Parts: sequence; C-alpha cells; structure tokens
Amino acid sequence: MSILVNASTRVVVQGITGNEGRFHTQQMLEYGTSIVAGVTPGKGGQEVEGVPVFDTVAAAVAETEANAAIQFVPPAFAADAILEAGEAGVDLIVCLTEGIPTVEMLTVRRYIDLAGVKLVGPNTPGLISPGSCKLGVMAGYIHKPGSIGILSRSGTLTYEVVHQLTSLGIGQSTCIGIGGDPIIGLTFSHLLPMFEADPDTQGIILIGEIGGSAEEEAAAIIAEGVSKPIVAFIAGQTAPPGRRMGHAGAIITGGSGTAAAKMAALRDAGVAVAESPDVIGRVMAEQLRA
Amino acid sequence: MRIHEYQAKGLFAEFGIPVPPSRAVASADEAVASAETLGLPVVVKAQIHAGGRGKAGGVALASNADEVREIAERLIGRPLVTHQTGPEGRIVRTLLVEKASEIQSELYLSLVVDRASRQIVVMASRAGGVDIEETAKTDPDAIVKEWVDPVIGLRGFQAFRIGTRLGLPTKTARSVAKIVLALYRLFCAKDCSLAEINPLAITPDGDALAIDAKITIDDNGLFRHPEIGELRDLNEEDPLEVEATSVNLNYIKLNGTVGCLVNGAGLAMATMDLIKHAGASPANFLDVGGGATAEMIEKGVRILVDDPDVRAVFINIFGGILRCDVLAEGVVAAAKNLQIDVPVIVRLEGTNVEAGREILSSSGLAFRTAGDLSEAAAMVAEAVASTAGGTA
Repeated sequence: MSILVNASTRVVVQGITGNEGRFHTQQMLEYGTSIVAGVTPGKGGQEVEGVPVFDTVAAAVAETEANAAIQFVPPAFAADAILEAGEAGVDLIVCLTEGIPTVEMLTVRRYIDLAGVKLVGPNTPGLISPGSCKLGVMAGYIHKPGSIGILSRSGTLTYEVVHQLTSLGIGQSTCIGIGGDPIIGLTFSHLLPMFEADPDTQGIILIGEIGGSAEEEAAAIIAEGVSKPIVAFIAGQTAPPGRRMGHAGAIITGGSGTAAAKMAALRDAGVAVAESPDVIGRVMAEQLRA
Repeated sequence: MRIHEYQAKGLFAEFGIPVPPSRAVASADEAVASAETLGLPVVVKAQIHAGGRGKAGGVALASNADEVREIAERLIGRPLVTHQTGPEGRIVRTLLVEKASEIQSELYLSLVVDRASRQIVVMASRAGGVDIEETAKTDPDAIVKEWVDPVIGLRGFQAFRIGTRLGLPTKTARSVAKIVLALYRLFCAKDCSLAEINPLAITPDGDALAIDAKITIDDNGLFRHPEIGELRDLNEEDPLEVEATSVNLNYIKLNGTVGCLVNGAGLAMATMDLIKHAGASPANFLDVGGGATAEMIEKGVRILVDDPDVRAVFINIFGGILRCDVLAEGVVAAAKNLQIDVPVIVRLEGTNVEAGREILSSSGLAFRTAGDLSEAAAMVAEAVASTAGGTA
C-alpha cells in the first residue's frame, strides 16, 4: 500500500491547458493516475487528453468528486491556486511551483492548517505511490512498487536515491518531495508518523538539506516513536554559510541550519546517516538485513 | 538580493521611518559639497554589501570639509576589508554622507521570517550596535520577540509592547512602535526576508531614528517589484555568477578545484558532498535546472572552464525533464568550441541515457564516463590526484 495517494485518488489538474499541464497530464494518465478533471479559468467546456476542463476547482469537484489537486501554475498565481483548491474541499493539494514569495506562503500555510487540508510543496516534483498513482513530474519508470517510503526536500537527488534502490531490487511504497522552499505544507514531522502507521512501509529514507530546522524536528519525532529503520542523507555538507544553494530554503543563516547539526541530531535519534550520496541505497539494504 | 544602506534608507523614507538627512555620492568633491549642504558634522559611510564596516574603518565622523575630503579619498575606489568580505575586500564605489545625529542610546531592531513558527518575528534589544547573534549567545533574555500572525498582521499593542518590555519610557516606546509598524509594512510590501536597523538611535529628545539600514529581499518576490530589481548592484557580485545568472544558470563560486555541473539543487549539493568525500573539494555550485537547453549546458561548461581554479570537471546529471541526449549535445558542443585541458568526468542516468552516452562516446572527445556515483567519485579523486597542483 502507500500513504496519501493510491489507486482511488481522484485528481483535478489546475493549469491543465498550459504546455506543462497538458504534457504531465498525459504522462500521469499513462502511469495510471486517475485524473478526473482539469481547471483553467475561461477554458471550461474544453477537453485535454479526454479530461473535461472546468473554469473553477469548485465546479470540477462538484461535478467529478475529485479529492486531490495538482497545480501547474506560475508563481504569481500559485498561492491563489492553493487557496482555491482548499476552499473547494479537496483533501490533498500538490503544488509544484518554484518561486512563490515567502511572505505569501506564510498566509497560505496558516490557511491550510486552519482548513485541515494537506499540502505537498510548493517547489516539489510531487509524490508517487509506485504502481498505483503518480501525482507529479518524476519519471515513473525508475520506480518499483515495494516497501520503502522516501521523504525528500529535493527533486533529482530523490530520483538518484530511487534509482539506487530499484537497482538493488528494493521497491518503494510512496516517494514524496516535500519541497525546497522555506515555508511548505507537509513536513518530515507530519509524514514520518504516516509511514510508521502504514503496514506496507518497512523502512524510511529521509533526504534533507541545509537550512531551517525540519531535520532536527524530524529527529525529535523519530526519537518519540518511529520504530521502522530510517536512513538519512543531508545535502550541503560543503555549502558555505549565507549563500542560497539553489532552493530558497537551502541557506545556512547565523550558524544554524548546518548539515553537521542535522546529521548529529538524526544520529542521536538512532537514524543511520549516510555520509556520501552514493551509498544511501546500500545503507538502506544493510538496515533491512539487520 | 541584498541592497545598499543608502537604498534601504530610501525605502525607509518612503514608508515613514525617520532617517537622518543624507546624500549618496561617488566622488570626494561630491562628498564635500553634500556635507556643506547637509551641514557639518557628517558621518561618511562606505557602501558595500557587507557588515563590519565600522570596525574596518569604513565609517568615519568628519567635523569639517577637509576631513570629509580626506575620508572620502581614503575610501572611494579602494577595497574595504571587513570580517565579512574575505581578504580581497570589496571596492567602495559609493559613499553615504549623512548628517551626524545626537545619540543618547542605541537599540537593535529587526524583522525576519521565522521558519520554525512560520511567522514573521520582530526582534529588539537594548544592545544596539552589537551583532544580534552575539547577544543571542551571551544574553538571550535581552532580546524581546513578537511573532506576527500572518492573517491578523502586526498590531499596535504588540509594537508598543516591544518598547515597554525593553523598559523604555512611554514617549520612546511610542516612537519605536511607529517604526516597528512601518518596518513591518515595508517588509510585507517589498517581500523582504530581512529588515534590520542596527543601531536604532534614541535621541536626547527620546525619539527613535534609523542610523543604519539593512534589507535583504526574497528573490522569489522580485518578480512583483521591478523597482527593487533595479537596485541590484552587479559590482557586488562575482563576475562568473553574474554571467551565469544572465543565462538562467544557478552558479555559486567556491574555493575548491573540481568544477561541477548538475541538474537540481539538491543533487548539486550532494555532488559537492560526494567530491569532498572523495578527498577533493568543489570549485562551485552549479545547478542547470530542470529545463536546461543544450545551449545552457554549453554556457555552463564554459563558465567552469573559465574558472582558473578548476583542475577537473564533473558533470552529474539525472535526466528527467532535462534529457540525457540534450545534455550530451551541450557538453560535446562546449568541448569542441573550447580548449579544455582538464579531465572531464561525466555521469549520466535517467531519461534517454543510452542516446546520451552514445553521443558522448561517438564524439571522439576524451570524456571519462562513470556508471554510477561511486565510480564517478573514484574518477574525480584520481583526476585531482594526477593533476599538477591539484591539491584539494
């Protein structure tokens, strides 16, 4: 099985008529994702890849009972798109957009918490439960259904880890890109207990990076009661302080948010921390044998 | 994005935050003329994007025109080295000439996004003029904090409470509150990630006055503030970084010897870590992004090769939206157009990987291709070890 998304997830694609929205709708359909509706304001009544397009998310949900939304929306409109989907009553929102102003996300995250909606992202490749539902832009073919849950702040580094696992014959239950921005929806701390409770997840890989305190908070949650084997890697061990390393969230400020502090906190919580990115899959394999 | 003190003070004035009268100038003659217009004494302040200017001699009080000229001539056109600039310092191109203020005491005031609570936090202390991180370490109770609910915004009672919690007299607490509220409006309106006044001076009359101004803008917010984008000072940035930005590449110069080109920020950082674990040191961070074209890849390789510190190049791509064949075409084009006399190690995986590897191997160029990350790390270590002067 999996967490958050599975074969019964009914998806509405916001921004479905744009180039990216159209292309990835086709890719997700091909993977087997159940896409029931699309939304582009002013394009209601059209069809994309056989999917009906609506003017508003509310209309799409009313008509199709969509319960998850994914967004291909530029930064200037992305915060609005999240709020619209939340108001329309979907359970899960996946926002891929990179470049949403942080001040805007403070308000959005507050709304998400008050409304009780789950938000993945922003600035993420999305999430995938291999074999049943792909809600994002990752290449489906590198994944293999199985029992390892992956949580990551990064995109391509996650693909690398998935590839290492699949090459070792180890499949994945659900792989989630939580997003590379300073303010995101679901964090490691929300998702670790979900994997702990998922009977089909046997081990968890956590891929963090410099900046913020999400990994330290995760370590506290793990120490409190995540019993499944966990392997972690923290990117940015060589990053200089004060420089934003690509992701808006990846910056060491005032001596806090360093890789060393995060690795130490996770080790103290009993996590197997991989020092180098090439051995993450192998360390997981060792954990499963132990 | 960082802006200069004089630019930040321009924004302060716009939002009603009191600042001393001042002029930004680019020559000693202008400095003297401005000082005479403003009225002496004045403070002459070097404008560079780095802290620690005062201790480094970049800020000086002048009581007559000769002193203004002397200070201006000493600073302008020369590098100023502070603890934040590195040993080469930053060339001073602009001076702020500011009317000297009578100061009774100095406070610290800042607004920043607190990621842990997902709120903007206002921080203030009576230890003005001092590094806040130092205060946080030595005397954390001296820092007063107010968190701002993003839905409700910063309220007047909170702003006033900052002054009372600091033990300021009512008049001063009111004056500080006005500035806190204005700084909050500025923070939200211009998408700041940091707004700091250190010191916030208290005059003998008990009023607050912004003597310094530091603002960092959230890069993600720049698209909705073109007027802020115009404040960018390219002189303050590394020329290779400026060139990279102009072609939408995300490049940061570091001080190692292995140039690396990667797609995705997380994988780029992980690649730097891999290089370090292989016993070498990365010369840069370079994320070509998800949708890089062959042309962007070619430019990226060119930037790496143009860096005189680079003794080996490591290209690490996990193809997704960026296909391996597109990457390979860009690398081959760059190699054919450039004189590359350092080893180039390529590790490709993902979408169209077979086509990509075929393009590289049939190019007749001497790439070293690695099957996986461990093999690539070993190749990088070997390349650096075998290159003359290639110490990590």
